[in-house]
Amino acid sequence: MTATEESSHLTDEGAQEMAPRIVAGGTEVLREVGSVLRISEAEAGEDAPDDAETTIINMGPQHPSTHGVLRLMLELEGETVLRTKPVIGYLHTGMEKTGESLTYLQGGTNVTRMDYASPIFNELAFCLSAEQLLEIELPPRAVWIRMLMSELNRLTSHFLFLATNGMDLGSTSMMIYGWREREEGLRILEMITGLRMNHNFIRIGGTAADLPDGWQQRLTDYLDSIPERLEEYEILMTNQPIWRERLQGVGSITAEEALALGATGPILRSTGYAWDLRREMPYLAYDQVDFDVIVGTYGDCFDRYAIRLNEVRESVRILRQVIEMMPAGDYRIQDKKVTPPPRARIDESMEALIHHFKIFTEGFKVPEGDAYAAVESPRGELGVYLVSDGSAKPYRMHVRGPSFVNLQVLPHLMHGGLIADAVAIISSVDPIMGEVDR
Amino acid sequence: MAETTTATDEPVAPGAAPEPELLHGAPVVHVRGQRVVHATRDELVGLVRTLRGEGWLQCLDVTAVDYLANAHRELPEGIEAERFEVVVLLISHSARERLRIRVQVPESDPVVPTLFEVHPGTEASEREVFDMFGIRFDGHPDLTRILMPEDWEGHPLRKDYGIGRIPVQFKDAPDA
Repeated sequence: MTATEESSHLTDEGAQEMAPRIVAGGTEVLREVGSVLRISEAEAGEDAPDDAETTIINMGPQHPSTHGVLRLMLELEGETVLRTKPVIGYLHTGMEKTGESLTYLQGGTNVTRMDYASPIFNELAFCLSAEQLLEIELPPRAVWIRMLMSELNRLTSHFLFLATNGMDLGSTSMMIYGWREREEGLRILEMITGLRMNHNFIRIGGTAADLPDGWQQRLTDYLDSIPERLEEYEILMTNQPIWRERLQGVGSITAEEALALGATGPILRSTGYAWDLRREMPYLAYDQVDFDVIVGTYGDCFDRYAIRLNEVRESVRILRQVIEMMPAGDYRIQDKKVTPPPRARIDESMEALIHHFKIFTEGFKVPEGDAYAAVESPRGELGVYLVSDGSAKPYRMHVRGPSFVNLQVLPHLMHGGLIADAVAIISSVDPIMGEVDR
Repeated sequence: MAETTTATDEPVAPGAAPEPELLHGAPVVHVRGQRVVHATRDELVGLVRTLRGEGWLQCLDVTAVDYLANAHRELPEGIEAERFEVVVLLISHSARERLRIRVQVPESDPVVPTLFEVHPGTEASEREVFDMFGIRFDGHPDLTRILMPEDWEGHPLRKDYGIGRIPVQFKDAPDA
């Protein structure tokens, strides 16, 4: 079926014009540009080279540039990549199944381990989804603390990307620089949550604790240090001819293809499609802060690099506003159902002790129903689908990991490119295997 | 993408519609501000295809739920509860709205037509559902296990799949 036939009913005028590319069928678009996810032998047809002329090689799962345990089966013709098949599952530990036997209070410790480079977003999506089921409103300070944590986590996640992207392309000094900035961000996260990673800081009904004394100064110092570091990156990488040669025009994708393949986050934005949940479907208080959505033009590796670099600047902008606008008040909802009593009350009240014990052993019951909530993680749309049967544990917890879905663009980006560019392309997709395999 | 439609963003109170609302023939319910469509297996692909033409450009996810231990759930009239439910998440960027399609799938015949031809991005998600629930997607180009080893027995996210001490299954492991 061609795009014209299929979309003839879309226009009022009948089948007199071609449908816009954006509504043409995903597979048709892919067929047109010569890359279907898995071409069957029959479909590959005459164009396909003889099996004797191609080589199948395995890249990974222990390859250092595959960001963990990603395995790629590559079909090569000389140095050109024809087909790519990502093989995943090496980190699968059944976290969705585990989530069904943990209470909502414990669930945060489970989901935070999925995308280990941006744990706050996992917790946030999980809590937003559970709060939808509970139908509770958060106090403003809790919302703003969550926003502060998200953006701080976005900084550390993007610095990790810049570090590994540099490393993958042979710029080892960039690796050290990126790690240095990330480490400083992790220290602030540690000061606030007590842990560098896997924080379990965002809880249903608010956060685990209030911000510690002196957080403004510490965070401001960090934010002040970032712009000049970014200038260094620009000199070291962005403006450097070798860097540009390695990335520009490599692994290109168009908006139609990215949409068809379900890609979100920097991959979708690199094509010029300005879709950022923080701006378009605001959650928390993103509608009250001022920031820009960074988009690219060519959808290549360089655009994806530049988007993340500039998103660091936007996150710094948001964080400065958050410091200024942080409201006073409670950091968690005063709802006896979901919030344990304050520590001081436990010493003086038997009821508070029992209440505390009950919440942590039995958990709280969540009304029946299903809910889906999504946040813009550094990698794209991170969503959590929860089904409750009215008990204290989720009946079903599903996480839509952006890395999992984004991996599907790899075969498309790789097609027709050189094997040497494969490393640059994997790096620019920025997959976190903990989230892919869950 | 450019035009902004805010009308659809308004949260609708649950149960506000006096008579059943229909979207291309499938009943619609409003759950906590999000629209949920209950479609049959036969309607699914046609519905998603039609919706794509109306601006629901991206299919974010395909997942499933096993309702074995929780058979009594609220469904609109005319929809019969089955053991499995496939859930499809669509997003419309121009309307800034999400849509959830819930499809009942019986245990005796767990087959659903694939959405691959409409949204190729569902390929990995459908493989995951097959791997975890054993629901087959008719027409899928490569329906194999994605997360579990290819010779794994059973489908882990089914409710009758036990947790805890299960024998470790490895490929080519000598029989104990």
